[in-house]
Amino acid sequence: MVIVHGVVMALLGAGVFFTLVGSIGLLRFPDFYTRLHATGKCDTLGGGLIILGAMIYHFFQYPETLLVPAKLAFLILFIFIANPTATHAIMKAAYKTGVEPWRLGEERR
Amino acid sequence: MRLGERAFGILITFCIMAVFWILLSGIFDAFHLISGIVCCAIVSIISHDLLVKGKSEKKLQKSLRLLIYIPWELWQIVLANIDVAYRVLHPKMPIDPLIIEFETTLRGDFSLLTLANSITLTPGTITILVEPERGKFWVHAIAKEPADALLVDQTMQRKVAHVFMETRVETKDRLS
Amino acid sequence: MDEECGMYLLLCRDFFIIHSKEEGKMITIFWVTILLIAVTMGLSLFRGVAGPGVFNRVAAVNIIGTKTIALLVVMGYYFERPYFFDIALLYAMINFIATLVFAKYLERGELWS
Repeated sequence: MVIVHGVVMALLGAGVFFTLVGSIGLLRFPDFYTRLHATGKCDTLGGGLIILGAMIYHFFQYPETLLVPAKLAFLILFIFIANPTATHAIMKAAYKTGVEPWRLGEERR
Repeated sequence: MRLGERAFGILITFCIMAVFWILLSGIFDAFHLISGIVCCAIVSIISHDLLVKGKSEKKLQKSLRLLIYIPWELWQIVLANIDVAYRVLHPKMPIDPLIIEFETTLRGDFSLLTLANSITLTPGTITILVEPERGKFWVHAIAKEPADALLVDQTMQRKVAHVFMETRVETKDRLS
Repeated sequence: MDEECGMYLLLCRDFFIIHSKEEGKMITIFWVTILLIAVTMGLSLFRGVAGPGVFNRVAAVNIIGTKTIALLVVMGYYFERPYFFDIALLYAMINFIATLVFAKYLERGELWS
């Protein structure tokens, strides 16, 4: 039981760390396109790891209801497909409207 | 579409809808199960061609190759996030963004979707535009090394083309 | 007093009380996770307010929506109410469709042609 608690704590900690890195990238990067790099990748995996940790906790704490981990597994799959698609859609809209990408050596936008 | 492909499309859509009904309701009454079967049958007869395009062959082999492709992609996702974490937390922030474009041999809807998703989830690149007629991709890369991995190595394009069996462009010859 | 408070105020009061009353360290872990996710949401909100232009703000709203889904799942385990998972699934779909509609409107200037 202590092993399960340790694994769940590690997964939750890694998920929160990646989410925090995504937020810091959103504040630190100098351009719109690079900010989407930080959030579109890190936030997907961070949210997925948090939900995975909660799923493993559910397997060992309440082993009689197995429908809830199936629902959470579908939620993880949906996040992994929907978040990159939304990132690509907003980036395509910005590119076609004419937002200029940032080169090395310019100032922040 | 022929009757065999239509029946296959209806069956696949019905199975997926029934799985979702049972997963999301959680009640195994007689009333709920029968009403679920009726609703799934009506939906899958009316709109089965949204989910399953009836034109491609060898679907089982493509699905098996897709299942083998997914663990490699999960490993790439973890690598991508460690790379982004390194670039964000470094005190000098080593980024050098550029926009590249390249052509591929993929033409189908689902294969273009898989490659665009994989490019967005792998280290350092995000898809901007996709042109389906010639398989052209516009990609924004965050540094020189991930851009080179897409342009020069082309591992991901070869893997996705191998999964969907579209490694060569099919030319239509005309009677002139 | 309890009959007059709404369910929302009861939930806010329970949020600070449950982890000090129950035994076991998993409840404390969930409480710390909820607080940390809320801190990251506050950091993203800064970009939503001060980002120059509309695209930065749309990206920030999408990110806050994704963090809300993870927050709802952890809250479902902290308060021991199993209905939060259905709300999380529904909000994931709403967030996705909202971002796609924003992108389509900003690209074309209208929704239907």
